[in-house]
Formats: sequence, C-alpha cells, structure tokens
Amino acid sequence: MTRYMSILLIGCFVLSAPLSMADTLTICQTCPVKTIKQGLDKSKDGDVVIVKPGFYQEGNLNITKQITFLGEDFPVIDGNNNNEVLTINADSVVVRGFLIQNVGTNYLEDRAGININERDYCIIENNKLINTFFGIYLKNVSDCIVRDNLIQGKAIEEISSGNAIHAWKSKNLIIENNLAEKHRDGIYLEFVDNSVISGNTSRDNLRYGLHFMFSNHDQYRENIFLNNGAGVAVMFSRNIEMIQNRFEKNWGASSYGLLLKEIYDGKIEHNTFLSNTIGIYAEGANRLNFNYNDFEKNGWALKILGSCMDNKFEYNNFISNTFDLSTNSSRNYNEYIHNYWGDYTGYDLDKDGFGDVPYRPVKLFSYIVSKVDPSIILLRSLFIDILNFAEKVTPVFTPESLKDVEPLMKPVK
Amino acid sequence: MLKIFKYSFFDLIRSRWIYAYFSFYLITAISLLYISNDLNRAILSLMNIVIILSPLIGTMFGVMYYYNSREFVELLLAQPVKRTAIFLGQYLGLTVSFSLSFGLGLGLPFLFNGILGSEEIGNFLILLLNGTLLTFIFTAIAFLISLLNENKIKGFGLAIIIWLFFAVIYDGLFLLSLVIFEDYPLDSFALIASIFNPIDLSRIFMMLQLDISALLGYTGAVFNKFLGTNMGIVVALISSLLWVFIPVKGFLHYSLKKDF
Amino acid sequence: MINIKNLKKSFGKNEVLKGIDLDINNNGIFAILGPNGSGKTTIIKSILGLVVPDEGDIVLQQKNIARNWKYREYVNYLPQIARFPENLKVRELIDMVKDLRNSPAHEQELIELFELNTSLDKSLKNLSGGTRQKVNVVLSFMFDNPILILDEPTVGLDPVAMIRLKKLILKERKKGKTILLTTHIMSVVEELADEIVFLLEGKIHFRGSLEELNQRAQGKNLEHSIAKILENGMEQEAQITDPVNSRQLNFQQRYA
Repeated sequence: MTRYMSILLIGCFVLSAPLSMADTLTICQTCPVKTIKQGLDKSKDGDVVIVKPGFYQEGNLNITKQITFLGEDFPVIDGNNNNEVLTINADSVVVRGFLIQNVGTNYLEDRAGININERDYCIIENNKLINTFFGIYLKNVSDCIVRDNLIQGKAIEEISSGNAIHAWKSKNLIIENNLAEKHRDGIYLEFVDNSVISGNTSRDNLRYGLHFMFSNHDQYRENIFLNNGAGVAVMFSRNIEMIQNRFEKNWGASSYGLLLKEIYDGKIEHNTFLSNTIGIYAEGANRLNFNYNDFEKNGWALKILGSCMDNKFEYNNFISNTFDLSTNSSRNYNEYIHNYWGDYTGYDLDKDGFGDVPYRPVKLFSYIVSKVDPSIILLRSLFIDILNFAEKVTPVFTPESLKDVEPLMKPVK
Repeated sequence: MLKIFKYSFFDLIRSRWIYAYFSFYLITAISLLYISNDLNRAILSLMNIVIILSPLIGTMFGVMYYYNSREFVELLLAQPVKRTAIFLGQYLGLTVSFSLSFGLGLGLPFLFNGILGSEEIGNFLILLLNGTLLTFIFTAIAFLISLLNENKIKGFGLAIIIWLFFAVIYDGLFLLSLVIFEDYPLDSFALIASIFNPIDLSRIFMMLQLDISALLGYTGAVFNKFLGTNMGIVVALISSLLWVFIPVKGFLHYSLKKDF
Repeated sequence: MINIKNLKKSFGKNEVLKGIDLDINNNGIFAILGPNGSGKTTIIKSILGLVVPDEGDIVLQQKNIARNWKYREYVNYLPQIARFPENLKVRELIDMVKDLRNSPAHEQELIELFELNTSLDKSLKNLSGGTRQKVNVVLSFMFDNPILILDEPTVGLDPVAMIRLKKLILKERKKGKTILLTTHIMSVVEELADEIVFLLEGKIHFRGSLEELNQRAQGKNLEHSIAKILENGMEQEAQITDPVNSRQLNFQQRYA
C-alpha cells in the first residue's frame, strides 16, 4: 500500500511542479545554455530542464536539484567509456527520453549510466542506455520507478561486466517494462523489499536474468527471461511471488530457468518453463507452492534437492521433458499431486479425471546420470528403459514415497 | 544393377510382408496420433519404436530374403550380369521397398495431421532418416551374415543375436563400463563407444533433436563440442553412412568369392 | 569352345574336383555322368562362374572366364531346382530374363509347346513343380546361344513334356550348338548323348561315345556299364586304401 501512495505522491509532485514557481530551461547547441552542466548549475528545485537533440560529452553529470530532466528526440549523452554518466543526488528527480551511452568499465567503482544515490521518489523512464557497464544503479533508495527503459550492454565475461538494473538496500521499487540485455545480471536486487518487477524482458545476460539476494516480500510477474546464463535466481529471500513469467532457453551446464536457494514461503504460479537445461533447481527451498506452471521440453523440469521441505506441486503440466524430476535424496518431504505428466501411461477407469495408478516422476536413469555424467549418452536406450521399468516396479534407488497419487489424465488448461 | 534392383523391388512391393510392415506403421502412427493428439509426442513414441524395430525387421528380412531368393540368385548368376550388381541390386530392392513402406506408413497419417507446416517437421524428418538408415545398415549386416552362413538356422540365430547385441546388450556393457571407470574422464570413450553401435548413433540423432536442453547441461568439454554444435550431427551422419558402406562393401566383396 | 585345364575345387576338406582336363571343341550333346558327389554339378557351375575354382583355367570361346561375366551371353543354363521370385508372374519373369540378357528370344513357340499359355498370368508361387520346371525350360531355351548347359532337365516333367523336351534338345543340336547335360536317367543319355564324360572321384574316368563306354565296361547297356565301372573303381580303390574306407565309399555311392 505504501508503495502506491508514494507513486501517487511523486505523480502529484511532477504535475504540480510547473504550476508553481518552476522555470523551464532549454539546452541546445544554439541556445544560450549550450552544455548540460551549465543547465544543471543554473536550475533550481522544481525546474524542468529540456535537452534538445545533440551529442553531449561532458564527463560525469551530477543532478543535485529536484528537477525534471527531459530529453527531446533522445539527445545523446556520451560517457566516452571513461566515467559514470548521470548521477542523481536529489529526491524526486525525473529522467526521461535520453540516449545514454559508453559507460566505462571499471573494476574499482560501480559506474552506471544512471546512478541514484540514497535518494527517493525518482522516476527513470523511457531512456535508452547503450554500451553500459552498470545500466541503472539504485543505491539505498525507496519509492522509485524504473520503467520502459532499454538497457543494452556488451558483456563478454562476468568479471568485467555489471548489471543492467542494479538495486541495493532499497524498498518500494517499481521496475516495469524494461528491456535488459547483455549484462552480467539483467536485474539484480540485493536487500530490496516490497517491490514489484513486472513486464520486463531480460535476455542474453551472462549470469541471471533476474537475481534476488536477501530480499523479501517482492513480486515479479509477466516477465520474460530468455537465453540467460540462468533465468532467475532467488536466494536467501522470503515471501517472493513469482507469477506468469516465462523462462526460456536457459541453456548450459549450470543453467536453470529458476534457481531457488534458501528461500521460504513463496508462490510460483502460472509460469512457463520452456526448453531450459533445468526448469527449476531448488536447494533449501521451503514452504513454497508451485501451481499451474507449464514445464515443456526442459532437460530436467525439476531438480529438487533433499534439503527442500514442505513444498507443494499441484496442477502443473510436465510435457516432453527429458526428465520430469530428479532428486539427490532417497527421502521425500514434498508433496506432488494432481499434476499432468506427459509420460504417464496409467488409466482412469472411474473417469474422475485422475489416473488410477500413481505416477513416479523420478526415473532410475536420472539417478544414474547424476552419479555418472557421461551416461546421459545412453538416454532412450532400450536397456535404460528396461532398467527404468524394473525400478518402477520395485523402487530401490529412487524415493519410494515420491509419487503423484492422483495424476491428471489431461493437461491443465 | 538397376535392372536387378527394379525386379527385386517390384517383386517385393507385391509381397504381403511389405504390406504388413506398411500397415503396422500406418496403424501405429494413426493410433499414436489419435491417443496423444499431439505431433511431438507421437513422434517421440515412434522414435522409440523405430529405433528397436527397424534393425530387427532389417536383419530378419534381410536374412529371410537372402535365403528365400537363393535359387533365384543362381538363376541370375547364370545370366550375363556382374555378381556385385546382383547383390547390390537385391540389397537396394529390399532396403528401398522397406524404407518406402516405412516412410509411407508413417508419412501418410502425419501428412493428414499437418506435419508439413508444423515446427515438428525437423523431428519427423529425423525419425524418417533414422528408420531408413537403420534399415540400410541392418539389412546390409543381414546380407553379410547370410552370405557367410549357408545354414539357415545358424544365419537366423546369428541375426537375432546381432540385433539383441546392438539393441540391448551393448548398451548394458557400455553403462557398466561407465560406472566401473567412473573416476576417469569418460567423454571421449562415451562418444566413441556410441559410434560403434548404429542404434546408438540413431539415438544420438534423436537426442540432438529432442533432448538438447538436457545434453547442454553436461559439463564435459568434448561432449559439449560434440553435442552443442553441428559437429554432432555431422559425425553421427558420417558414422552412420560408414555403417551402411562397410557391411555393403563386405558382402559385395564376399559375394565375389562365394560358391553357389 | 570349352577348354578346361587342371580344374581343382574343394569345399572345405572335401576335394570335389581333383584336376579336370576337358576339351570340347565340337558341337553335339555331351552327357556328364558320375555317381553323386563326383563333381558333375561343380564342373557345370564352374563353367557358369557360380563356383570359383581353386586352381586351373576355364576357357570359353577362346576367352578365360575368370573374373569375367560377359561370356555368359553365349551360355544358357537350366538349373536343377527352379525357384523364382514368388510374387512375379510367369510373363514378367520371362520378360525379366529377356531384359537382363538384352537379346531377342523366341519364347512364344516354347510357351505353346509346353502349354504354358494359361499360366502366364499366374504368380510363380501358385505353380506346381512341373509347371515351374516348364517355365525353367522356356527360360533357358528361348535364346539362340552356342552353348547350352542343362542340369537334370527332366526332373518333375510329365512324360509328354519330357518327350517334347528331348525333341527340343535334339533340335538345338541340329542348329549346331554345344550342349552339356547331366542326368540320372540313363535312357535320356542313351537317346540323346553324342559323347559321355564319366566322372569318378573328382577326375574324368572316361570320355567317349556310348558304344565305346559299353565296349570298355563290357556292359549290355549304359546302366550296366556304369555299374561295372563303379564296381571296378571300388576294387581299384580297395587296393590302395584300407577296406573300411572303401566300404564306406561303397555305402555312400549306393545310398547317397
């Protein structure tokens, strides 16, 4: 609730600014004010600073007043690969309509295209950030909105790259409809609470499309995570809601659609996991509800380690995955029920929509593969089918209690 | 050679075995499409069937055809025709007619279910390719076996053993050695071992299509290079063709020395 | 026409031909006779290239046949057992052989001769053994080639067809052909053969006309003469080898 209030407050503020004592200041090559630096110096709280199209290369620009900073037709602000471009050291600053490019890589400081430093109520929207080290950097801020930005990096290796949107120790953020690509992480959140991340597309990032660390009570929904090192990592966090996201083609040796590590009490609903090496990898994940998700064409739809407890998987579809589920434990503390399993071959004589024979999603072969990697080359061998069948009849290596006792006969719509 | 091919082909496409084979695949494909109502899943089930059945049918019919046409071969051998042409012609007649009835049996139901425009067309082509390659490979092996064994029962026995070996036993030994030598780097071994079994090669084709997500989870560098790039397809294809070429060359070579 | 020099062939340990020299330079009907296992069929098959000799040369029409297949254009062969692709029809089979040999044929008169007209459109699998043999005969007689090799041509034929076949063979001889023939039916030999080549133990034991054979073996007729030759062979054999062996041989020859 508080975060919506604050958005409203910012809105009122932005609207009311020009009506009061605010001035409008225009910057262009032929104007009286020719550089952005001059303009920023001259402005005062509440002013609107408009930058006409042009190429501005003025080193680091520091906004210290509560201004609305507008670009017309995307004027270019160039960092010359040497410095941070825009630093915001004031509350309630609005930055809109700029093309910010060439933020230099630096191993000592986290340089960003736009850096908000311990300030609140800022809005960063409809900007393009190209060739950035860090894109938009929020440090200890609250009630900020980051919206409709395009953030494109050139990350080649993790060690020398930053995140497209990076938030640290912040709260009440709204991050929506951004396109974050080719950075280390698309969106990185550390100690960020009560925030909503929605409608973003995060792709081709080296590490994670979205990365939560020590963050609680957040929600991310309707995002697309495509072709990242791993889609989303949620670590050491509580009460995260993950809804209607799309995790696609996160391929590689340690690649997941969704990585869950030491997290508690969340919801994972209506997501689509398509063609990932591992759909969801969970380690120390507890009391989560996995409902109405689609797992399709993944290598492993789920890898749920023995350290996970009291999770419930219900009404999910598992279709054409190489392995539906694998685990490293011979015990099972999670519940799997009413899911649709594409490999299920049972029958439904009483026509109640549930199969009459329980389904065991863990195959012996997935156990073998986890012990001896190269044996994956024997996938779909008749010999392996025979082994799997034997294990199905009398489970020895796979958890006896891990079964869906009422598997669905038809996929959940 | 073409004439021999033509005659054995026209002889075979009128045999009831070809129709049985055709109807088997036709019925299987139709019922799988009907049950699963999904091209991808039907293809998946068919892959599992084809990979086991094509080699079996290939070896059994190869041996059977050879023994049944033994006197006919004598008649042909007395004609002014090259020996290699006779055997190659018969081999092609058999393989082409079987591949055709296999292809049509699967193709027709899938055509009616709109495979052409769908994204599953790649998988379907791999399915057809696998079935055809396996037919060619195992028929060639069957010809070689039966040329080397005058005794029918011995020939049939050997054919079944060879099929069983490649379909099941080989993979069992393969897995066993992987488990025993777990502590050593086994990437290259695993790949090379797959090349020496044509059924494993077809499985690799299939995996590269269907399980690429899982395969990319594997950490070995050799594996990754092999499976993650086109190299996998190329190497598997070349090896499969060698698997056709070497037994064919073998039975042609041996046919020149054989007394009839 | 046919010149065979030092032809040797073993199947495993079994030495079937132990050095055959045979020259046939004139036309006529040559009957190759001998007990079972004496190598009749092996010689015929060697000439046709069905069997690959271990040693020796076979020259047909002045050409060595080793690794050669073209010479078979001049040779027609009637095999012992006639089994054909089951699903082909008679007409198709005839057309096929014509097509394979790529030469003109006069199959129609032969079809009429053997009354095969009604069978032409039947599949080969539906034919009786005798009819198959008739088809077999048609296939080997419908071309005009200088050499004709007949392996047990009368097997399975009814008396009428047998008589017609014999006439046919004599007609072919008149055309100036060289005809090699094996058979177990002595009357056929007596009726047809100009010369007899008698094989024993993988060697040519005798070659000459029927009269010469009878004279030499002092038999009343061919059957008798052959029986005598075999008995004599036994005696000779018994002198060289141990008696147990010769008895075995005797047994084999009688019951094989």
